[in-house]
Amino acid sequence: MARYLLRRLGLLLITLWLMSIAVFVLTAVLPGDEAQIILGQFATPGSIAALHKQLHLDDPVVVRYLRWIGGFVTGDWGTSPSNSDAPITSLIPDRLGNSLILAGSALLVIVPTSIALGVTAALRQNRLSDRAISVGTLSLMAVPEFITGTILLFVFGVSLHWLPTDSIAAIGGSPLASPSHLVLPALALGLVFFGYVSRMMRASTIGVLESAYVRTARLKGMPRHRVLLRHVLPNALGPTLTVVASQVGYLVGGLVVVERLFNYPGIGTLLLGAGLSHDVPLLEDCVMIIAVIYMLSNLCADFLNAALNPRVRFGTG
Amino acid sequence: MQTSGYSERLMQARTAHGVAAAAALEKPAGSRPDAALLGRRWRETLVALLQIPSAVLGGLVVLFWALCAVFWPLLAPYNPTIPDYTHALARPSLAHLAGTDPFGRDVLSRVLAGSRQVLILAPTATAIGLTGGILIGLLTAYYGGWLDDILSRVMEAIMAFPLIIIALTVLFMFGASPLNTILVIGIAYVPLVSRVVRAAAMSVRDLDYVSAARLRGARGPEIMLTEILPNISGPVAVEATVRIGYAIFTIASLSFIGLGTGPDSTDWGSMLYALKDYLPIDPWMVLAPALAIASLVVALNLLADGLRQATRA
Repeated sequence: MARYLLRRLGLLLITLWLMSIAVFVLTAVLPGDEAQIILGQFATPGSIAALHKQLHLDDPVVVRYLRWIGGFVTGDWGTSPSNSDAPITSLIPDRLGNSLILAGSALLVIVPTSIALGVTAALRQNRLSDRAISVGTLSLMAVPEFITGTILLFVFGVSLHWLPTDSIAAIGGSPLASPSHLVLPALALGLVFFGYVSRMMRASTIGVLESAYVRTARLKGMPRHRVLLRHVLPNALGPTLTVVASQVGYLVGGLVVVERLFNYPGIGTLLLGAGLSHDVPLLEDCVMIIAVIYMLSNLCADFLNAALNPRVRFGTG
Repeated sequence: MQTSGYSERLMQARTAHGVAAAAALEKPAGSRPDAALLGRRWRETLVALLQIPSAVLGGLVVLFWALCAVFWPLLAPYNPTIPDYTHALARPSLAHLAGTDPFGRDVLSRVLAGSRQVLILAPTATAIGLTGGILIGLLTAYYGGWLDDILSRVMEAIMAFPLIIIALTVLFMFGASPLNTILVIGIAYVPLVSRVVRAAAMSVRDLDYVSAARLRGARGPEIMLTEILPNISGPVAVEATVRIGYAIFTIASLSFIGLGTGPDSTDWGSMLYALKDYLPIDPWMVLAPALAIASLVVALNLLADGLRQATRA
């Protein structure tokens, strides 16, 4: 087990390193003069030269990369020109926390529901309800999050007035202070998941239902609901949870769009703000942080998979 | 005439060159397909596809939007770009089925017109991804080796990184133009497609007709193109459909964020963002482009799912 985890960790570090190179090349090398981009079209040559000196833009590329990645790893993330040169380490953590709250709420709401749906579909396999759930979740999976978000906004916010339509109640406050504001964005973010999780749950439940130990339990006379709770669910849950963990990447992508739709102060809107105002340092660091979070969640998914499935650990899985 | 000459050659081959060469000349199911065989196979797939109701529905919706993309000047009741301030923000009525936007432009016409841009960008990006992906997929499947192992591992990890973040970064730094959008999505698709092609190619690589082709003296590229590629057309078609759907998803999301082609454009995503604050006033203005995007992407996914079932059958 330890060897497997070490191997995955090593692969993660290599991949993160490659990604950092890609991010750096895309943001600092290829697009041209970073100082020009930051200062805009009407900057004077004098100010561009000054910014060059300040940001050490005249150094060779490799040196600049090493300086950036070295700073990133040690916690020195530079300053953000578009936020009055505030240190980036003061900007990101709060926003990241908000985004994690949003993502967490999405998972909290969606995962139990889709597990229940998947089990239902499996129990009524091939009947109309199963087909309906199948097509329904497939459709939901395909629709972009901002569309479902808009429709949800319309149905629950505008038509029924059940939930607030504006963004987080207090600026700068924690989203947890007003849970009703979290519901719509969390739903919009999570509905994409619905499809994967319920399908996976359905497939693994069907597999478990056909197994010998379930048949034994039923033949023993165990009541149906007890069979479900004690034998079927625990065994069917494993693969599904690893699927959930491995799909977290979708959450990261969806975050950006959903946060923009609901004006949610998360890392998605920070990233967008950085991009729109050509704030290269902030953009670089945001993308890198997102990459780190993404890779870490993949690693967790791998760990979960290895813990639940011995075949993976010992190389035959 | 044709058949008698063929069977003569077959007999000769059997005696002169042995059974393997004869096997290569014969055409067992799934060997080097000629045009007629391919055509028949695709017709069978089509028939199977038409039996799946969700796929038919998906196909019809896609067809509708494709026709829209080409013929919208004939279908749209008004000009989508000329403002008409005397009729701004009109409620849906018989004259304007989805109402008008703040500039007085008919929303329905704008939605119909928007189909063209997205149905040009998405398939083009997918075509780029397919070309590169098929090339790399075939090469890695056929030649294998340590390069394949390394590439696969690294690709696996990077691959599922959300496309929208990559596209975002590139478009912010290089400017948001249709060409850049097509390039970034197309290039990002290459590893995704190559993985599917590689898996499919590896499953046919070890079959007899490939070895027979090699015995015949065919070289790598020829084998890949004539033996392997036509026989993996099923999975590739499914992947292509899914990719187009996801490209539309990404393009709409990008223009929603503001990386579309400008505030006046008729692309659905930016329309949605510009109008979303009017949701309490006139929901149909916002729902029209929303439903357009949703219907197209869902339809493509239903179609892809149906294709998957049909090509497996």
